[in-house]
Amino acid sequence: MARIPGSAQALSEQFGPHLNYVPAGGWQEESRHPAERLVKTHCCFCGQQCGIQLKVRGNTVIGFEPWEEFPFNRGMLCPKGVKRYLQGSHPDRLLDPLMRTEQGFRAATWDEALDFTARRLREIQERHGKDAVAVYGGASLTTEKAYLVGKFARVALGTRHVDYNGRLCMVSAGHAYKAAFGVDRSPLPWSDIPKAEVLLIAGANIGECAPITTDYVWRFKDNGGHLIVMDPRLTPISRQADLYLPVRPGTDLLLFMGMLHVILRDGLEDREFVALHTTGFEAVAESVKPYDPRTVAGRTGVPPDAIERAAHWFGEAERAIALHARGIEHHSHGVESCQAVINLCLATGNIGREGAGCAMITGQGNGQGGREPGQKCDQLPGQRSIDDPAAREHVARVWGIRPDEIPPKGLSAVEIMEAIHRGEIKALLSLCFNPLVSLPDANFTREALEKIEFLAVIDFFLPETAQHADVVLAGSLQEEEEGVTCSTEGRVIHINQAVRPPGNARTDSAILCDLARRLDKGSFFTFASPREIFDELREASRGGIADYYGITYEKIDRQMGVFWPCPSLDHPGTPRLMEGGKSFHPDGRCRFIVAAWRESGDPADEQFPTYLTTGRVVSQYLSGTQTRRIGALVDQYPQPRVEIHPRLAQTHGIADNDWVTVATRRSEITVQAMVVKTIRPDTVFIPYHWPGRRSANQLTHRTLDPHSKIPEYKVSACRIRKADAPPAWAREATSNPSGSNPERNDGSARASSRERGDTPPGIKAWS
Amino acid sequence: MFGCEFYIDPSRCIGCQSCYQACEECETHRGHSMINFDFLDREQTVATAAYVCWHCDDPTCAEVCPADAIKQGEDGIVRSALKPRCIACSNCVLACPFGIPKMMVSEQMMMKCDMCYDRTSVGKRPMCATVCPSQALAYVTPEVIGRRREKPTNVFYFGGQRVTTRVHMMVPSGADSISLDVADYIWEEAYATPSRA
Repeated sequence: MARIPGSAQALSEQFGPHLNYVPAGGWQEESRHPAERLVKTHCCFCGQQCGIQLKVRGNTVIGFEPWEEFPFNRGMLCPKGVKRYLQGSHPDRLLDPLMRTEQGFRAATWDEALDFTARRLREIQERHGKDAVAVYGGASLTTEKAYLVGKFARVALGTRHVDYNGRLCMVSAGHAYKAAFGVDRSPLPWSDIPKAEVLLIAGANIGECAPITTDYVWRFKDNGGHLIVMDPRLTPISRQADLYLPVRPGTDLLLFMGMLHVILRDGLEDREFVALHTTGFEAVAESVKPYDPRTVAGRTGVPPDAIERAAHWFGEAERAIALHARGIEHHSHGVESCQAVINLCLATGNIGREGAGCAMITGQGNGQGGREPGQKCDQLPGQRSIDDPAAREHVARVWGIRPDEIPPKGLSAVEIMEAIHRGEIKALLSLCFNPLVSLPDANFTREALEKIEFLAVIDFFLPETAQHADVVLAGSLQEEEEGVTCSTEGRVIHINQAVRPPGNARTDSAILCDLARRLDKGSFFTFASPREIFDELREASRGGIADYYGITYEKIDRQMGVFWPCPSLDHPGTPRLMEGGKSFHPDGRCRFIVAAWRESGDPADEQFPTYLTTGRVVSQYLSGTQTRRIGALVDQYPQPRVEIHPRLAQTHGIADNDWVTVATRRSEITVQAMVVKTIRPDTVFIPYHWPGRRSANQLTHRTLDPHSKIPEYKVSACRIRKADAPPAWAREATSNPSGSNPERNDGSARASSRERGDTPPGIKAWS
Repeated sequence: MFGCEFYIDPSRCIGCQSCYQACEECETHRGHSMINFDFLDREQTVATAAYVCWHCDDPTCAEVCPADAIKQGEDGIVRSALKPRCIACSNCVLACPFGIPKMMVSEQMMMKCDMCYDRTSVGKRPMCATVCPSQALAYVTPEVIGRRREKPTNVFYFGGQRVTTRVHMMVPSGADSISLDVADYIWEEAYATPSRA
């Protein structure tokens, strides 16, 4: 039903990704026609949410200027932030709604596209029940849009199945923090980082995935702090580590338990803090007894003395901080890994004080704010549980419906795709999500999309998933609609509208409200502006955990952000949570929770003896929908490569740049080797930003953490071999230098700059 | 930005190339990046280095220019070649001890980092040092740089050539100059220049 219409090549010729190198009008355009205004806003990419000023002329973003007054990043930006403005005038931009035809897609009017969408959704629900339709949201949406997605699913469609791509990102950490502290937010502002004495960075490639945090880490080092980095790869920040723990993929949890074992064995715990502010200590203390350093070393590959030293540094410090990210969270025991980090901090009394605590580094732009207002299958606005009768009553009152009209908890993101594959869910409305690239086991996702009866996508480009759609509704870029997001610190910030959506494209919230009207639920979606959505969201979150009631756009501008909870208009916000060790649980205590060890869902064996782990590179973002269209960012790391240690490479006769086939129990892909000593010899790494035969997620598996439902991206079992010949995708790419992209929007200045060879040598391009 | 100086610390560089991308966005040379960026040896290490022009007190590039096209401003900043004069001979490219000038064939002239005089002259910091997420490139006051573990130096030895620069390199505390040649550290009476005794 939903196979790609026409040929893939025809689609990519029409919709890209094409590479945009130059601003609208050319490099010299700004000299001739300078910007008319600077709009203070934030980067559209990762969870750092750096302050940035966009240069605007007419209705076009023509460049950027650093925003040095914004306190989080003080003008600093990574290359993605520098080049983000090139999306605005991009030739691939969708300017009209699209309807699927036999040969591809054709432009349609909004009435035609929305009427068709509403009619198909209604038909399917009438035939198969309300829950036959699912909704996917995303964590790059503003909090207003995320709120609207949750309300749209539950009120306009009445389906229980609404979830978002943060399910692939933050949920393990969120689940663990909620259980331990009663709140799902990093408990400390980043300004605490330089004040710690010991910093443990676990499974977080900060230099590439949270670049601005690097400056905080370096200032911590300048203050004399000791840095411990735990990662199967020597990432850029590892160069400055005082202690590097080369953990085997999938065994982080054991390492944390080994550290706690040493801390308790040597009496380094903070008994007073444990007694006054926690519960459950004894069971956890008992649970780590078997994990002595020698045992843990055998499983993790980290030397026993390094485990001892890490434990002593962390246990003896007056102030210690543990920062973690997807490296420890993307596991079938991702929640337990986070709980083990929390246990370390609780045992040593490192919570609720300046320069002490634990924090998750949010991956997606609104990774924090996107999960609070109710687009998560198990939550209502304000981080309220959908199972809680009081929460349902409060939200139902704000929405003007009966509590029993709010559907119960639905399926999570990966489970929704599995239900589509089984034929139980027949239709999907998706925005800000590219599951064909980002979900594990990509061939399974493709099969599911080919089976689906109806797929509607709201997007500003035509990403790979949308090629399967019946209708594509041309939506808005981040800079085209006002709103708020919540950064990795818990700081709610203001996204200002810089320009209007171009052509006939519309803002995402206008599209959802219009669609709700066509589903006869317009009276619940009368919003004329994002501000009206925000005001309702404030009420819906009022009294909840993530309480936004006291936050206004003006207050955000005045204070350069407001940290939630902010329960009243005169409340300044809460940069540091749990001051004095007081948690959000009714008894005010933090919970020690036993973190039980489980094997990976895709264990290594003789057939598949090598560990595969996946992640990001600095110049690309998530599924690449946006960043694979920006020439300068693509040049920096043009195609996926597999990092292999020379020792492993040698046993397979593989040299740098050779084509290597990486196979798992599901599929295989062939990419070029990057032979480096910066990765464990039993592990290979492939970044996941690319589609089709270049997709690392062809290889990954669908094992989920049972609590958080996060996929186990960070460890699969694989085998590698030297390929006989370059893969088809590379042969096609050789005949046109922009990869699968036959055309490029390439300014002549840049073209000549390439002849001069002054692009950074860096990662060598495939050859 | 009164009182600020430019400091480079490759040990802090994370290889993100934000400097390279942002330099290309500077209005006076938009589309051309003047940053020199390198992975040192990716097989061995993730170490990377990003450099701007060091702006020598006695710029070798200007000294070897047969067309007198390279000028140093009163502020000590060594500019790109003057377009009407530059004969694109590449003498400067070959002579610069730091390898900074770039021959832009399409423009038929040498271009190099001018430390964003268009920005610094109106109170802004140079683009690269503003955006650099690791502050491996930093444009700050000596007081701010004094909080770092490393110390700045602006004295370099290249064989017999002693070069002092406007831009500072951060070096381990205790080192007061940088030499890249073991010979500079050897006591050889006949070649005791520079004296390191």
